[in-house]
Amino acid sequence: MGFLRDLVNAIFTGPTLGPVLIFTISVGGVLALLRWYRVLTRPKVAGAALVAAVVAFALSLGDHNFRLIVAKPDNVPIVMLFFLVGFFTWLALRQAALNDERIEQGKPPREAEESEKSLTWPDLVYIEFLSTVFVTAALLLWSILLKAPLEPPSNPTETPNPSKAPWYFLGLQEMLVYYDPWMAGVVLPSMIIVGLIAVPFIDPNSKGSGYYTLKERKFSIGMFLFGFVSLWCTMIILGTFLRGPNWNFFGPFQRWDPHLLFPLVNVDLSEYVWVHWLGVGKPNSILLREMPGFLAVIAYVVLVPPLFAKRLIPVDIAAKIRGSGLPKALGEVLAAPFAAKAFFAEMYQRLGFVRYNVLMLLVLSMMSLPIKMVLRWTINLKYIVSIPEYFFNI
Amino acid sequence: MPKPLKELLDPRQAAESVASTQVWKSIFRHGYPDSPRNRALTMISNVFLHLHPIRMKKHGLRLRYTWCMGGLTFFLFLIETITGLLLMFYYRPTPEYAHYDMQYLREDVPVGITREIHRWAAHAMVITVWLHMFRVFLTGSYKPPREFNWGIGVFLLVFTLLLSFTGYLLPWDQLAIWAITVGSNMARATPFLGHEGPGASLLKIGDLNLVHAGDDAKFGLLGGRFVGAPALLRFYVLHCVGFPLLLATLIAVHFWRVRRDGGISGPA
Repeated sequence: MGFLRDLVNAIFTGPTLGPVLIFTISVGGVLALLRWYRVLTRPKVAGAALVAAVVAFALSLGDHNFRLIVAKPDNVPIVMLFFLVGFFTWLALRQAALNDERIEQGKPPREAEESEKSLTWPDLVYIEFLSTVFVTAALLLWSILLKAPLEPPSNPTETPNPSKAPWYFLGLQEMLVYYDPWMAGVVLPSMIIVGLIAVPFIDPNSKGSGYYTLKERKFSIGMFLFGFVSLWCTMIILGTFLRGPNWNFFGPFQRWDPHLLFPLVNVDLSEYVWVHWLGVGKPNSILLREMPGFLAVIAYVVLVPPLFAKRLIPVDIAAKIRGSGLPKALGEVLAAPFAAKAFFAEMYQRLGFVRYNVLMLLVLSMMSLPIKMVLRWTINLKYIVSIPEYFFNI
Repeated sequence: MPKPLKELLDPRQAAESVASTQVWKSIFRHGYPDSPRNRALTMISNVFLHLHPIRMKKHGLRLRYTWCMGGLTFFLFLIETITGLLLMFYYRPTPEYAHYDMQYLREDVPVGITREIHRWAAHAMVITVWLHMFRVFLTGSYKPPREFNWGIGVFLLVFTLLLSFTGYLLPWDQLAIWAITVGSNMARATPFLGHEGPGASLLKIGDLNLVHAGDDAKFGLLGGRFVGAPALLRFYVLHCVGFPLLLATLIAVHFWRVRRDGGISGPA
């Protein structure tokens, strides 16, 4: 046990490896679910995962530092969130797996089998009544067992370290590591809200309405799982349990040492281009200095959607690569970008100009976060465009 | 002629005689709900129950389909309203009294778990509203004809978060003011409207900055340059009156549209 704990602590030491591991697990987990959901949601497999998670959690509770964070009364809901999101992701994908099998056999989804009507009184009303009784009992128990915390009176001269936003906004606070406040706190949250409202209008797929399925809506469900589970919920859990004083990353069994310091070696793109690569020093003109960054951002936002939409390459090139006799895994990896390209070209045909561009803007905004994360972890890139003179950093 | 005592004590007969009184009949305009007709009447003659249809498809009753999350979110909203009302009896939203009142609530007020129920139910409500959205997305229930109601739902989610956020400040302890400080600091970076936001320094007449720390988005949110007495009052009013009214209105629209758009979603 002690060995395991030391191992975990050793892995998580430092500002980079921890977040890299956490996001690799969460993104990889969602990708694996999308790929192998029929196997992974089988009761035996999912049950084993649940048992493993509960056992790991229970064993971790033996550790003092872990208990200190997890058992804080205000953090209990985040532990609940972790298990509930896991459970309901399983429940949804399990039913999707069963339905997709039925649809392949030419049968309607399970929900359609129960289309005969039932009287709301008493069939629905008693379910509602029982749920409210159950929730009331649970809340009363929770309230009796855990006292709502009350910290010392507010003191504007004494800043706690770390100062954290309410837990449901910790995803935004975590984004501050990679983005300036105007992006992390204003632009991206607004885009999340607008993007959610836009969902029904940019998803013209009429299939998969009113029943669980994954096969018929792989892209939309994949995007949602990626945004909600891999990014939003993961960042909340990371921000609550693993971000300590000075917003440093701490392993689950590490002591939150307020004196821990990591030198920041983050570098802007302009420095890379003008100083490191061209060796001429940054130009005085802001516009010239940030030109590489502007070009990169414009290329990302303006050029990627039409490039993906055009049929520049034959549609079947991915199939050709897969069938070219290369080792299977290598063939899949090499074919993936071409398959994605063909997928988006086909999507442009389906969605039309406006829908496609709105969708791409939203997808690119969401993807900019993992892209910035990877750039930070690999080449210590801080800002792509950096104009601190006007608080304009991207 | 008075009824014999034995007849009065028989529960079935007693119930029947109560149900035949003028008072009872004035409240319930239907018989005991043991026939389809009376069950239907039960649903449509009650203002709360008539939110539901008389009949519904069986798959919509399954917890594995609905997860009951929308209903639970509404139920938690009701719990928050009731416990919040009780808490308002004991709480004054000024820096002098706020924290003192919290201690009083904590130590001296009888049946001292009102604040606990309010706080834990608030956390739970954020989780249930997310899971409700999760379920609605995964069953494709935002698809036509339910696009508009999905949008209402997104606003309900945002207002739930804002309701919780404004409530976060009210204990007026260290956790409260620093969490709100972190949260509201984002507002000063609003493009053009926050004094540390991109473009704000471009908005000026001569040497006069139009957007500065004394009039920007953060100032508007807090009623001051930092989290102080005006922010506490502002958040209190929004928490107890503003957002609950908005939320209640949107909930009414949401429920109404659920019915109008064909009830719980299901395969075509």
